[in-house]
Amino acid sequence: MPSFAATVDITHLPGILDPQGATIDRALPALGYTNVTQVRVGKSIRLTVDAESEAAARAQVDEMCHRLLANPVIEAFSISITVEGER
Amino acid sequence: MRVGVVQFPGTNCELDVMRVVEALGGDAELLFHSDASIGSVDAVIVPGGFAHGDYLRAGAIARFSPMMDAVAEFAHSGGPVVGICNGFQVLCEAGLLPGALQKNAGLKFVCRTVEVRVETTTTVLTNQATVGQILRVPINHFEGNYVCDDRTLDALRTEERIVVRYVANPNGSLDDIAGVCNEARNVVGLMPHPERASDPLLGSDDGLVMLRSLFASVVPA
Repeated sequence: MPSFAATVDITHLPGILDPQGATIDRALPALGYTNVTQVRVGKSIRLTVDAESEAAARAQVDEMCHRLLANPVIEAFSISITVEGER
Repeated sequence: MRVGVVQFPGTNCELDVMRVVEALGGDAELLFHSDASIGSVDAVIVPGGFAHGDYLRAGAIARFSPMMDAVAEFAHSGGPVVGICNGFQVLCEAGLLPGALQKNAGLKFVCRTVEVRVETTTTVLTNQATVGQILRVPINHFEGNYVCDDRTLDALRTEERIVVRYVANPNGSLDDIAGVCNEARNVVGLMPHPERASDPLLGSDDGLVMLRSLFASVVPA
């Protein structure tokens, strides 16, 4: 069965306060980076999925995101998948 | 009156809660996370701590424990359920309460006694209090910053489901929310710790009215 490398990128929903992003947003200008705005901090989760097809792998990771990996009340997620090989 | 107190790996307020329940004349029973039944308890408290290390998100792993299925079933049948601090986070993740709790504004861990105002008395945690009553109760959290979408906030306001508000917002919480309840008003979650305000020796016994309310919410069988 082919295996796929999936990366789940989790970010705060637009409009939801991101305290970590806000703190970095304040720290960067102090270092001279005065042209930086809109800093957002998220999470990246990487996993390997054995599945029949890329579509099947994506569907399963999407389900994992809805059930566990992300909280839809405050977070948005995106999934990217690449073929890792056969195993 | 039997109160079940849920214990996950990482829970750390269960003994404090049990002690207060017993001081008020109730029986307290520990409910272990991997058990799938709440037994014959009349009410359930999900206490504070760091269930499953708060990994991924506070409450995210705990909600999938067998015990939480049993607690959800009890809640859906009208049983009184209270989540304190981490317990509030667990109930939100489990979908028993709306919204979510995220990192405090300013990224400060806040540990101090704060004032909260009782906003409604038609819940299992406030039926012995009065509207507008100010209670001094400790908070102790890094993720107590309540958020929800606008539609949910409108519903919470119009249905008077904001149970307690901070007098001075300590964490950036939306609309100063310190605690909310579900539509049926039998499930309440709050960040302050009423069990830590249960004796004048602790600096306040204002939390007792909440626990007495929980007792009063149980209809004798």
